[in-house]
This record gives sequence, C-alpha cells and structure tokens, in this order.
Amino acid sequence: MTEELLVNRTRVGNRPAGAGAAGAGAAAGDDGGPAHVATEAFSVFYGKHEAVVKVSMGIPKGQVTAIIGPSGCGKSTLLRAINRMNDLIPQCTTAGAMMLDGYNIYAPDVDVVALRQRVGMVFQKPNPFPKSIFDNVAFGPRLQGVRGRRALAEVVETSLERAALWDEVKHRLHRNALGLSGGQQQRLCIARALAVQPEVLLMDEPTSALDPRSTTRIENLIGELRTKYTIVIVTHNMQQAARVSDYTAFLYEGELVEFGATTGIFTHPKKRQTEDYITGRFG
Amino acid sequence: MTGTRKILDRYFTAIGAVSILLMAVALVALLAPIAFRGVQAFVFRGTVEHRLLQLEKLERGNRMRIEDEVGAAAEARQPVYAMLDAFAAELGDMGFVERRKYQEALEELEDALSRLLGPRPGGVRPALVRDQYGQTRWDRARAALHEVLYVQEYDYSDPTRMGQAVDVPRQADFAGTSLEPLFPYIEENLESMLRPRWTFYWGFVTDTAIDAHIFGGIWAEVLGTIYLTLGAMLFAVPMGVIAAIYLVEYTKENRLVALLRVCISTLAGVPSIVFGLFGLAFFVNTLHVSESKSVLAGSLTLALLVLPTIIRASEEAIRAVPDTYREASLGLGASRWRTVSTVILPAALPGILTGIVISMGRAAGETAPIIFTAAVSVGKPLGLWDTLSEATPALPWNIYNLCTEHEAAEAIRHVQFGMVFTLVGLVLLLNVSAIVLRARVSKRLKG
Repeated sequence: MTEELLVNRTRVGNRPAGAGAAGAGAAAGDDGGPAHVATEAFSVFYGKHEAVVKVSMGIPKGQVTAIIGPSGCGKSTLLRAINRMNDLIPQCTTAGAMMLDGYNIYAPDVDVVALRQRVGMVFQKPNPFPKSIFDNVAFGPRLQGVRGRRALAEVVETSLERAALWDEVKHRLHRNALGLSGGQQQRLCIARALAVQPEVLLMDEPTSALDPRSTTRIENLIGELRTKYTIVIVTHNMQQAARVSDYTAFLYEGELVEFGATTGIFTHPKKRQTEDYITGRFG
Repeated sequence: MTGTRKILDRYFTAIGAVSILLMAVALVALLAPIAFRGVQAFVFRGTVEHRLLQLEKLERGNRMRIEDEVGAAAEARQPVYAMLDAFAAELGDMGFVERRKYQEALEELEDALSRLLGPRPGGVRPALVRDQYGQTRWDRARAALHEVLYVQEYDYSDPTRMGQAVDVPRQADFAGTSLEPLFPYIEENLESMLRPRWTFYWGFVTDTAIDAHIFGGIWAEVLGTIYLTLGAMLFAVPMGVIAAIYLVEYTKENRLVALLRVCISTLAGVPSIVFGLFGLAFFVNTLHVSESKSVLAGSLTLALLVLPTIIRASEEAIRAVPDTYREASLGLGASRWRTVSTVILPAALPGILTGIVISMGRAAGETAPIIFTAAVSVGKPLGLWDTLSEATPALPWNIYNLCTEHEAAEAIRHVQFGMVFTLVGLVLLLNVSAIVLRARVSKRLKG
C-alpha cells in the first residue's frame, strides 16, 4: 500500500519548482524546520475581488501552524487553497505559487485528486458520510485501491486510534456514523482524513461547532498528531491558537500581517495591528 | 388585530381539515365500488359449469367428484329435456299453421336454455367455448334464468312516450302445451341444476382468458402490464438518473442548461396520446425496433413519457444532498465520478426512488401511449424473448376494450371490474414495495 501511495505522490507536480521556492523555504527556516508548504506572492480572487493578497510564507514541516484573523480576512480561503478545494467555487482564480515540497500545486499538470490525498482536510462542521463508521474511515483507503478486509480493518483501527476514537467506537464500527455525538463525529472526520495517510492536515475551525469538552479533546489530539503531520489550523479562538500552535500567521483583509513563532506573536507582536487584534481591540 | 389573526388561523385549520376529509371521502367513494365489484371476480358463487370448465380446460379439480356433480346436475336437468322432447312429439301432431306459431318461440326458448344450462347433452359439441358451457356464475345464471322465463317486449301504446320495455312471461306462449310446467320447474330447481357454491377463484389473475374473456382469467394482461412497466423503467431510470447527475453535478448554470430544463418541463406536459403517436412514428415506423406493435416499442414510448418525472425527482434529490458530503469526498481525494457514485447517489437514493415509484404507477396505468405501440385486445401471455417483437394485451387498454368493444360487454362486467381492481392493486403493490424500500434506505442513511 505504501508503494502505491508513493506512486500517487510522485504524480503531484512532477515539474521542479521555480527559483522562488528556495527563498520561501529559507524564510521559514529562520523560525524552525524546513518549509513543507510555501506560498509565494499567492493571491486568490473571487471574480475580481482579491480575497487573499500576495501572501508569502513558509509553513514548517511537522509543526502546527495557526492562521488567525478577523472574519472575512481570507484565512479559510487561504487554507482551502492548499488542497485546491477552491476549485469547486466557480470564478475562483489564483495568482502566484503555492508550493508543496517545492512543487507548485497550481501547475497545469497537477493531479488534483492525488494532491488531495497528500493534503487532507477537516471542515468546520463535522461532515461524516451517512455510512457506517467503518465505511467512513475506509473511504479514503478504498479510493486508493485497498481492498482486502484485513488490510482495511487495520487502516481503520490505526486511524481511529490516532484520532483517539477507537475505544469509544470499536464495538459499533458498523453503526451509522450520524449516530455519534458532534465531538465524536469531528474526531471521526479526522480519522477519515488520517486514513488517507496525508502529509499535511488542514483544519478549518475544527472546534467551532463543538462544546468545550469536545474542543479540549480535539486540541489534545492536535498536540498528539503534530510530529507525524504538518498541521495548518484556522481558528477564531485566540486562546486556541496560543494553546495548540507552534507558529501563527495573522491575516488582515487578505494580507499577511505577521507570521512567526506563536510565543513570539502572542508575547511580542511586531506589528501594531497584530497586537490590537490579539488583545481584543478589534475583530 | 390579534383577534382577527386567531380567527383567520382557526378558519384555515378548519378549511384544511375539511379539504382533507373531502379527499378521503372521494377516495373511499372511488375505491370502495372498485374493490367491492372487483372482488367479485375472485369470490363468487360458482356453478357446476364453472367446475366443469376448470376441469376440462385447465385440468383443475377432483375429476371424480366433479363428474359425480355433473351427473347429479344432469339428473335434475333431465325433466327439462324430457318436457322438450314431449313437446316436440306434440308439435309433430299439429297442423302446419299451429306448428309455425310455436316453432319460432321454441327456438328462442332453446337458445335461452342453452345459454343457461349449456348445450343439450348428446348433441354435437359447439365450436365456440362460450357455447359449450352454461352459466359459470350464479349471478349470471339468475340473469339467464330471467331470459328463459320472460321475453322482453316493447310497449308503444302511449304515442307521447318512448317504447317501454315490458317483461312478458314465456309461459304464456306455451299455455296448454306440455311445455307449460317447464317454467315453474326450472325456476324452482335451478339450484339443483347448477349447484352453486361459494368459490374463491384465485386463478382469475394467473389464468389465461378463455374465449375472449368470457371465461378464464387475465394473466396475459397482468403479465403484459408488468413487462411494459418494467421495460419502461429499464430505459427511463438509467437515462433519467444519468441526465439528472449531469444537470446537477457536471454542468454550470447557463442558457443552454436553462433551455434544457424548459424542454424537460414541456415534455412532462405533453398529452400522452401524442407520446403514443410519436412512439408509433418514431420507434415503429422510423427505427423499426419491431415489425409492428411490440412490448419493446411500448416500453420505449412509456419510458419517454415518464422520463421528465424521473429526471425532475432525481435532480431534486441530488441537489438536496448537502454540499458538505461533496467537500468531504473531494477533500479525501475522490474523483468527481467516485464522489457521485459512492457518496451522492446513495444519499439521494430515497428521493430518486420516490420518483421511480410515481413513474411506475403512471407507466402501469397509461393507456394512450400503448394503443399504437404495444397493446392488442386478445393475446397470449408472452415469453420474455417475445417481448422484443410481439404485441401484448395490457390491463389499461383491455379495461377500455372490454367495456366498450367487447360483444358481451354486459355479461362480463365482473371481468372488467376485476381488471380495474387488479390494476389498482398492482400499482398499489408497486408503490408499497417501493415505499418500504425507500424507508429501509432512509433508515440506513440516518443510522
């Protein structure tokens, strides 16, 4: 199975990136590890409106990066651009480059399907399929051609264990997933995304629809997952960003105002806007 | 203000309740007679003739017992034929003028008698099955008895009114002859001559019609209807669902799509007889899917008829699938087609099934589209392979045909009602099974 995945992965952006990639990587390197995902003057347009404005930043590998900012600042748009979910929106176009491991994912020959297998996503509202818990988690592996019962069961178990859900659902794997609580559903969605074995996990306000207890569980889960995956999380909740992330990017009106280590951003913001937002003066 | 609002609210509730009540009453008023008279095709007082027919034509029943019964009935009938023989002898002794006077009346009487009791034993067996047996149903036997006992004449004595039908006893024609006691004898002993017994004729649905529906069942029609309905679904469901998927998932909203939608709506409003003519002109005369009418041509025509319904229902169902499912599936690296086939279609299935149910009922009951393309009045039940080339009888068409064009329409009312009842039952059965299926699928989706 791993081999198959590798084959899939090589399909993504088989063309070497431009010289800019190295620069973005270096930018991230200042703060931590090498950049896994890097944007270079990356813009997203809805029609003529520029929702994300020439953002350049490097998201380090194996770390949690939070994107914060007031409503409508383009943070979700930027996040969704990382696995090209924006393609679904008519009249949505991009400019600049979005690099994944040095390959521009917006290059014309990129296989979007394979890209999305490398970059998984968890949405704001838990959205399990109306199928059994097992089938939900097995959805991704089945897409990748895993067929054997035992192989599937193994992937499902590992994924559910990683998502800290296994103990709660192991006796009812074949019950409908919609019967789970909201927090469990969201963890199931995380397990479902993990089952595809992505490198990057995008989370779009994953706890905004959940109660505090479920939120804590998801936050703990993010902490456990951080070493294995590069995680990018969009959040409205400043405390959450401070709690779970290693790096924080502050976006305002589509522009990247500040990007750096979370501790730095929250204790010594370099820009006035960042400080105002973090201290709650606006937003 | 609040007062007015409350009153309006109450009025509306009342009007709503009343309209639902009226609908229920109308439904009962419609279905009750159909059910009551339709059941009489299955449950009735069958005479010994019925059992004899079942034995001889369908080899059904206990031969020994039926032959015993036929013997007993023949014994009871013996005096009738004895009286006729006696009268024939009497007739021989009469003068020419007198004989002519009785001859005509006697022939009429003998006709009426053979309709009631069947042909006289020992004679030449008539060619038509309808002439080989007497009345098989007790209710029809009572009507035939009336014809034996009375001659219908018209009274024109009042010039200001239309002629009035008057029943004149036949007995009067034969007053003073050896036939005079025949009439009271028949009236009194009809039961022992025909031996009626409550019968549950389950074969009404599964038997083939014998001699143009005068005897037997309606299997050919039922089977034809099933073929046509399933055939129509075979073509319409894949086409309709694929069209709906294309319209919702693959096209962007533009003028062409809008125009396409208008066309589909228009198609739904086309009168069914136009579909029938189109089917004849296109499938039979142009494409030559079969040499003449056939189940295949009829199914294709019916498929066109129900296509808009299926497209519309499927479109609505697919549109109602939350976008979050699409996002989730695509986000996991599923291709568009995989998303449609593994996530969207299963979630939309209950809605699609509803559309299919509605169309099935419609296809089963439509008459006009099959008149020119598939239906014949008389025919055998078809084998599966024959459906490609052969026309078939079908319930909706044969109901019309039996009520209007059958030579003995009056005498086979029970068959007509039985057919209507069976058609309603068939459609109901289809709907119920689809509703059950739908409920099961929905339950599986909800968890």
